[in-house]
Amino acid sequence: MATEETASAAAVSSNGHRKDAADELTGDGPGAQGNGGLAGRLVRGIAGQVQSRIPVADLDERDPDYIRENLPRLWLLASIYFRGEVRGLGNIPETGPVLLVGNHSGGNLTPDTGVFSLAFHAYFGVERAFYQLAHNLVLSMPGLAFLRKFGTVAASPENAETALRDGAALLVYPGGDYEVHRPIWERNRVDFNRRKGFIRLALEEDVPLVPVVAIGGQETSIFLSRGETLARVLRLDRLFRLKVLPVSLALPWGLNVGDFLGHIPLPAKITIEVLPPIDLREEFGADPDVDEIYEHVIRLMQETLDALAAERQLPILG
Amino acid sequence: MRVQAQIDVSAPQELVWEMITDPSRYLHFMAGLTRWEVVSKNPKGLGARYRTLMRVGSAEVGGLVEVVEWDEPGDLAWTSVTGLDQRGRWRLRARPHGRTHVEFRLSYGVAGSGLLGWVAERLAAPTVRGHLKRSLQQLKRQVEHDQLRALAVERRAKSRVA
Repeated sequence: MATEETASAAAVSSNGHRKDAADELTGDGPGAQGNGGLAGRLVRGIAGQVQSRIPVADLDERDPDYIRENLPRLWLLASIYFRGEVRGLGNIPETGPVLLVGNHSGGNLTPDTGVFSLAFHAYFGVERAFYQLAHNLVLSMPGLAFLRKFGTVAASPENAETALRDGAALLVYPGGDYEVHRPIWERNRVDFNRRKGFIRLALEEDVPLVPVVAIGGQETSIFLSRGETLARVLRLDRLFRLKVLPVSLALPWGLNVGDFLGHIPLPAKITIEVLPPIDLREEFGADPDVDEIYEHVIRLMQETLDALAAERQLPILG
Repeated sequence: MRVQAQIDVSAPQELVWEMITDPSRYLHFMAGLTRWEVVSKNPKGLGARYRTLMRVGSAEVGGLVEVVEWDEPGDLAWTSVTGLDQRGRWRLRARPHGRTHVEFRLSYGVAGSGLLGWVAERLAAPTVRGHLKRSLQQLKRQVEHDQLRALAVERRAKSRVA
């Protein structure tokens, strides 16, 4: 569901996202010119609709009372359906801003986020501000507006910086749509696709980085392919910032291409482990090497995921 | 949703009261409890505040609670300030032959959570009830064990004097 991007352009569009990201959504970005024909106009039209639905970035939309009232529902889903287990919440600093970095699983419906949100809010209380960055497309989908009340905001550097400067806990999934649609045989692999914006964000805002490792989400469907070639051919990367067009076997559709209508996730057991915080400057020096940090974080998370996978006796059942 | 459990302890009421009013001992005898942390100046008594968490299903639930009733050595009640709506009560009553009847009550819920909240409360009840029962069994074991140790120390002291 969520993604993390760092755009370089300074211009900001009216809904709070940097102009280059907005350009990609409208199809006005580089490479979008000259795409004539009915199909091109249709896709640009859809892209325009999607962009108009992307909510204005406003951290104030998070509603603690709404979250509190909905925790029992989330508890039912997390405890009964996904048999969720979250370990190590005590590793998250009790107060102050913190960047939570997770591996991302489960396709467009990511049960890990729900299980973790419940655990976080129950543990720290709904009073502690907690935001999650999500792909623009997720926030513009009909019926998912409630996510904004849970603190889900569009993935943009501005939103990330604002949340951390407000002293909030912020959950990002650097692997984004690339990782979340990885095939099922790569389910126990942390793959951020070399995206390192989260490290620069943690360094710029000088906040601790806390890795959050989850297992089970990628067993909620039979994910077959990211469909990167298909996405490129259909120009989805330029129009919707989608670099993938996932193909999976999922309920109730059978063969599910794109997963735009969602699916019924299989009740796989979700286990999440929160690792100790990393103070980047303390561990890597005043002027740290981003690549070195990246390798370190990936190695830590992969080792934890391997350990969680070794605990798992059966797929889905856990 | 209200759940409760009770047990008879073979120890005087004052000893049981001492145990249930000592916040440092809660993590030792309370089943399912992952946190019972003093957050007020006074560690015990009326107005004392604790941050509590209990593992139920896939979450550690609880919040900040405050002692609202302190009737030594019989009743101790707390209510939630933040987090899950909850009200807890220890009720101790003296029984003949130096025994104590202990009752532990816990009401919990989330106002405004609707039908699914009602369902969640009921589905969580067996776990919460189990925690309460095991807590009382552990409380009984610890209080009786403490009493036996105290008696043994007393006996040894007497025999040394003799």
